[in-house]
Amino acid sequence: MDKNSNLSVFLNGLIKENPTFVIILGMCPTLATTTSSINGLSMGLATTFVLLGSNVVVSALKNLIPDKVRIPAFIIVIATFVTVVEMAMQAYVPALYKSLGIFIPLIVVNCIVLGRAEAFAAKNNVLRSALDGLGMGFGFTLALTLLGAVREILGTGKLFNYTLFPENYGMLLFVLAPGAFIALGFLIAIINKLKINK
Amino acid sequence: MTYILIFISAVFVNNIVLSQFLGICPFLGVSKKIDTAIGMGGAVAFVMTLATIVTYVIQRTVLEPFNVTFLQTITFILIIAALVQLVEIILKKISPSLYQALGVFLPLISTNCTILGVAIMVIQKDMNLLTSVVFAISTACGFALALIIFAGIREQLTFVKIPKAMQGTPIALITAGMLAMAFMGFSGIVK
Repeated sequence: MDKNSNLSVFLNGLIKENPTFVIILGMCPTLATTTSSINGLSMGLATTFVLLGSNVVVSALKNLIPDKVRIPAFIIVIATFVTVVEMAMQAYVPALYKSLGIFIPLIVVNCIVLGRAEAFAAKNNVLRSALDGLGMGFGFTLALTLLGAVREILGTGKLFNYTLFPENYGMLLFVLAPGAFIALGFLIAIINKLKINK
Repeated sequence: MTYILIFISAVFVNNIVLSQFLGICPFLGVSKKIDTAIGMGGAVAFVMTLATIVTYVIQRTVLEPFNVTFLQTITFILIIAALVQLVEIILKKISPSLYQALGVFLPLISTNCTILGVAIMVIQKDMNLLTSVVFAISTACGFALALIIFAGIREQLTFVKIPKAMQGTPIALITAGMLAMAFMGFSGIVK
């Protein structure tokens, strides 16, 4: 496949440079919001929206922003989109907003968003930056949903609130804090193993 | 007495890293040596206390009276970024020795989510200024404690033979998981 094609820009973030499993950025929301697959999925989508928005705006403005103040300028752009997400979620999905809590405003300090703005959007055109934002965002969403699903199945025996086996057999540990670290550790180890064998 | 409870709760029971998942990046990144862990812990404590005071005052005197609390996220992150720069400049002038010790960690701190997290938490929990300061200092102590313990463990881990796929982040995460389990033993001390 052509390395510079638009499709490969999109797939790059989704698989090859998956932000969670390969680059290992944005650990805080990854660990904190994946108590269930639904929470992981929604956190991923919220971050995707911010990534897409900030990548598009940053790449559109890249020639207007002086080099010296680019980081603060990027942060303002990102913070604006985070505020949009925050207010929209508060208005339309208040229950979800409550369960994700402080991690919605904290998307601002998610290294993936600023990282992509600086490393990709500041150097590429709007379309490619948008695709990169979407790819990275979906890669992040995929990772969060996967981790959320693993923790939900092991912890409560459910998947997307659909019961797979009785809750009595679940290991509560995986819903609590230590389970997040251990589950993510093993997921990354499995992915490393697959990469070594290839 | 309340303040002691806040301290114990923030350091052991609701440890910012191991039970609230904030500041995982520096926790995994700068915890390979005990010395750097202590430096980072100190820098975070310093900035966190200052940032909490400043953002608290801004929230109460500017954002709330003018009814623009929706600007909270933008305002706070800018204040924190500016504050970190300011602290860096002032420290360089006033106390070069302290700057030597904390200097390298300061730029890393503006993207440390614990600072913004604590600033927002304080507002959400509706604390008063004194409580907020105590809370910020205790949280920073909790962060430093977790970082230093973890650095100690990781120094030992370098002597162990680890399967190739588990090296690096996976083993660090699993170790952190066990540390978190140990800290779960403190739950129930403070309601």
